[in-house]
Amino acid sequence: MVEVKNVSKQYGNKFVVKGVSLKIPKQKITAFIGPNGAGKSTLLSMISRLIKKDEGEILIDGKEIGACKSNDLAKKISILKQSNHINLRLTVRELVSFGRFPYSSGRLTKEDQRHVDEAIRYMGLEEIEHKFLDQLSGGQKQRAFVAMVIAQDTEYILLDEPLNNLDMKHSVQIMKMLRKLVDELGKTIVIVLHDINFASVYADYVVAMKDGELVHVGPTDQVIDRSVLKDVYDMDINIQQINNCKICVYFS
Amino acid sequence: MGYRAKITSLLVVAVLLIVTFLFIDLGKNWDYALPRRSVKMLAVIITSVAIGFSTLVFQTITNNRILTPSILGLDSLYMLLQTMLVFLFGSTHVAMIDKNINFALSLFFMMLFALIFYKFLLRGEGQDIYFLLLIGLIFGTLFNSLTSFMQVLIDPNEFLIVQDRMFASINNVNTDLLYLSIAVMLLAGLYSLKYAKYLDVLALGREHAINLGIDYDHVVKRLLIIVAVFVSISTALTGPMTFLGLLVINVAREFLNTYKHSVLTIGTVLFSIIALVGGQLLVERVFTFSTTLSVVINFVGGVYFIYLLLKENRSW
Repeated sequence: MVEVKNVSKQYGNKFVVKGVSLKIPKQKITAFIGPNGAGKSTLLSMISRLIKKDEGEILIDGKEIGACKSNDLAKKISILKQSNHINLRLTVRELVSFGRFPYSSGRLTKEDQRHVDEAIRYMGLEEIEHKFLDQLSGGQKQRAFVAMVIAQDTEYILLDEPLNNLDMKHSVQIMKMLRKLVDELGKTIVIVLHDINFASVYADYVVAMKDGELVHVGPTDQVIDRSVLKDVYDMDINIQQINNCKICVYFS
Repeated sequence: MGYRAKITSLLVVAVLLIVTFLFIDLGKNWDYALPRRSVKMLAVIITSVAIGFSTLVFQTITNNRILTPSILGLDSLYMLLQTMLVFLFGSTHVAMIDKNINFALSLFFMMLFALIFYKFLLRGEGQDIYFLLLIGLIFGTLFNSLTSFMQVLIDPNEFLIVQDRMFASINNVNTDLLYLSIAVMLLAGLYSLKYAKYLDVLALGREHAINLGIDYDHVVKRLLIIVAVFVSISTALTGPMTFLGLLVINVAREFLNTYKHSVLTIGTVLFSIIALVGGQLLVERVFTFSTTLSVVINFVGGVYFIYLLLKENRSW
């Protein structure tokens, strides 16, 4: 389990994340929602040790992340950030293979190759696996990066706006695939989403943030609620029940 | 052509050039000429390894393929050290006369500077490459200005001693330093083997590297020290060669077309040997010493650099 205890992050005098405490339940999809600048990505980066926290504790399976070896953590938790510019000329397969680095230190075994094949198949990248990343569209690139994280095969997967640049078809495809990872393989996924309808339909828990603080935490059903969303986004959002899903109509 | 074939062909060219260099116009007094040429050759190979490897690692750390470690101001620091020693103690002081002590001193201060510099490179999380460049340029300029300031003040005879260090080339390699250099380089090389496997992942950038389980700050700090050692060796041995690293590494990248550092390292080193030996042959046989190796290398390197800028510009 990932446990966040009273964590803060400050840039200058401004708190980007302020006194956040949170337990992320195992084998569920937890979605972080909230307006731009709410501190969602910062919190995610702190959980995955990309940036240091100023205060508080972050425990993964009961152990503070600062006390763990980086390589051990890489087998337990992985993160994908929203912008992934890479200076190298890599093929899709080479990129996905990098996901196996924590296990093989660069020398891929048969087992590693199997994981890479699987990740490529999961993301439907078989046909373009030997193409170079700079020849791909934004969506294909994004899928290749997600495949790399899948190849890393960690219990916890943190995704920072993975639906960026993706069309509806691929967004749904990715969310369904994440759902499958959770339901079939027992992964725990934390995901930052901007489209609250994706959170409403695919997430188990929703964490709503605003101005660096938690506004609301709970099962999706409770958070996708007119008054809660008004708190978070300062918008009056109409919620409709369609096919047993709550759909927010936020166009006005 | 696979990597193996490409590397082999490079190796053949390099060996051919080396053999040509050693045996061309050997004449009757080969027992005099051959050892002298061999020493030059050894120096060339050491310099090639040092420059090629340090530039490759530096570009990987900074995620930028038009940077060389000279941006750190290390070669300017070397000149400043030499000038300062003469300025403070005179050219007859043991630190100037004993080349081994001089070498050790230079090495120590360059590494110290690299360590302090590293604080800037990795200060906080928002490590900004342009900030690093700026600080490096400013320090380099500062060192250069201090150097010329002191050179103006010292005795003209003493200045000649300093000048000798400024334009060190393969023709007056510090033979005494050769064995010390080899020893230091072997040590640093062995040490860097431990971190070699991280290079490919580091090239992905900081965030991916951390995600894949690399203790980023620790590894980058060590690699930066290794870069400083290699730059110091090549500078102390043959003098500053700004463009050589940039030139060979980019040629190697274009030629080998891979991201794998295991292949790139060998390719870069072989290209440096080809460039240096080829350049030296040109200097000795075509220009008959009317120009220096640095001029040839800097000219070719400069032209390539402009080409690179134009090309990168187009791809944006």
